[in-house]
Amino acid sequence: MTNISMRSLASHLSWAARIGLLCLILFSLAAIFAPIVAPYAQDEILGDVWEPISSKFWLGTDQLGRDILSRLIHGARNTFFIAGAATILSFFMGTFLGFLAAVSGGKTDQLLSRSNDLMMAIPTLIFALVVLSVLPSSMLVLIVVMGVLDSTRVFRLSRAVAVDIVVMDYVEAARLRGENTLWIIFREILPNALSPLFAEFGLRFAFAVLFLSTLSFLGLGIQPPDADWGSMVKENKDGIVFGIPAALIPAAAIAILTISINLVVDSILSRTSSLKGGR
Amino acid sequence: MATDNNSLSALIIKRLALGLLLLLAISMVIFVGTELLPGDVAQSILGQSATPQAVANLRLEMGLDRPAIERYAQWLFNILQGDLGTSLSSKREISQMIGDRLGNTLFLAACAAVISVPLAIFLGMVAVHYRDGFVDKMISITTITTISLPEFFIGYLLILYLAVTWNILPSSSVVYGDMPLGERLTAIALPCITLTLVVLAHMMRMTRAAILNVMSSAYIETAQLKGLSPFRIIFHHALPNAVSPIITVVVLNLAYLVVGVIVVEIIFVYPGMGQLLVDHVTNRDVPVVQAAGLIFAAIYILLNMFADIMSIIANPRLRHPK
Repeated sequence: MTNISMRSLASHLSWAARIGLLCLILFSLAAIFAPIVAPYAQDEILGDVWEPISSKFWLGTDQLGRDILSRLIHGARNTFFIAGAATILSFFMGTFLGFLAAVSGGKTDQLLSRSNDLMMAIPTLIFALVVLSVLPSSMLVLIVVMGVLDSTRVFRLSRAVAVDIVVMDYVEAARLRGENTLWIIFREILPNALSPLFAEFGLRFAFAVLFLSTLSFLGLGIQPPDADWGSMVKENKDGIVFGIPAALIPAAAIAILTISINLVVDSILSRTSSLKGGR
Repeated sequence: MATDNNSLSALIIKRLALGLLLLLAISMVIFVGTELLPGDVAQSILGQSATPQAVANLRLEMGLDRPAIERYAQWLFNILQGDLGTSLSSKREISQMIGDRLGNTLFLAACAAVISVPLAIFLGMVAVHYRDGFVDKMISITTITTISLPEFFIGYLLILYLAVTWNILPSSSVVYGDMPLGERLTAIALPCITLTLVVLAHMMRMTRAAILNVMSSAYIETAQLKGLSPFRIIFHHALPNAVSPIITVVVLNLAYLVVGVIVVEIIFVYPGMGQLLVDHVTNRDVPVVQAAGLIFAAIYILLNMFADIMSIIANPRLRHPK
């Protein structure tokens, strides 16, 4: 996508999507420059347990007296990195296998599609819980498990998109030229499937953030002393019954992030679909 | 007509058979997922600091010295006879541990379904009636918002306001065996509202889309030209023809309820299957995880199968695939 078309796309975003985009940029900047932006270190005990919001602690302190804002900013790195890496992995796997199924057809397609159906027949969270019960809890395991489980959704979309493209004349022409399967996948299909996949990437990333947060909230995601937004909710949840809203702050951060992504994607989707005559 | 009925029942039987086959395949996937992963299951259960002797004992206890296919066959055979095995951590019969909790989970999910399904369909129809207007826009923005919200955000927000600040409802949902129905309903009110909010938006949006799809048909225009009232058109002419996609989306959301219930049970400390599953994943109690995972997956698959069969019945066109 060229710079000009990016700009024209941005100028057509709805006001809600622009706010979403602004939030996304702010969050990513905070995550990238975490050590500079954060007012305190993430695991330094600075005050009393669950201090309210003050000029010293902008978002209060957590269950051990650590600054919530600083932990939120540092935790954003884990959340963004793991969710991002898992989404990228799922797209590599899902699109490659999806395109392969569409290009090859026949038995390869049947085999890949049926195994995918089988994987999708088990709810993602259940599957992840079953697998995580025997795997060590490490960042790599989380990324691979989330990526592989999510690739089933990407597979389905990319296969559906590619099946429409495979019947085009230029693919036929490439086949007649004697190009191999990899050429057809990467040089003929991929460039023409980018726009729906781009929108899907945003949605899958939002889902990955929610999923990672859920796992961490259940105590099966990122393990202490590392923290992400989901595990911060878990750490602070006992305060809720005493009327201390500390757990809601990371939860709200997750919500703002995923809502922002959805707003932007929604706006891009309605824009591109109106360009393509409602497709 | 007779042949049509035959083909309908044949289709349903075919779908049932496919569902059973899928269940078998799922049991295999769950077994493979826990048993054939890289590394030693016994070692990862006990942790790195375990003595070699302890690991060897656990391997023997779990029967890990036998080939995987043999263990799978044994496991499946036992499950088919209602024997889910014994827990590694508590040494109790898993079927005993699950009994009450499964009932609790299904009760919670059913209560949420009873509230959310009619509400979603009604709000979907309202959105169609006021389409492109203010109400519709509000509904669509709320939908995007609630789809993006994590369950624990809604849950803790409700606890903070309804339970702690205003003290209307209990914050934790303690239920016990012979609890009167009224008290039980009060206890599960908050988790029930949370689950409803989680699935409501999606169902509503899909109901709206399904009805809108029908609204552009010629017979709707005829009904409008006859001068029928808008709600009569939506209710009597559009809704029946949109029933098949609505059923599908409703059942899909019910299936989601059964899964979403896991997080909600943790939030509200509700003694159900979800809590059991998460606790035993943390303890690395593989037999319990396998059994609970299989039950969740089975409920999910059965609901999906039910959705397919219902839409085959509701939409005659699906009976004659082109």
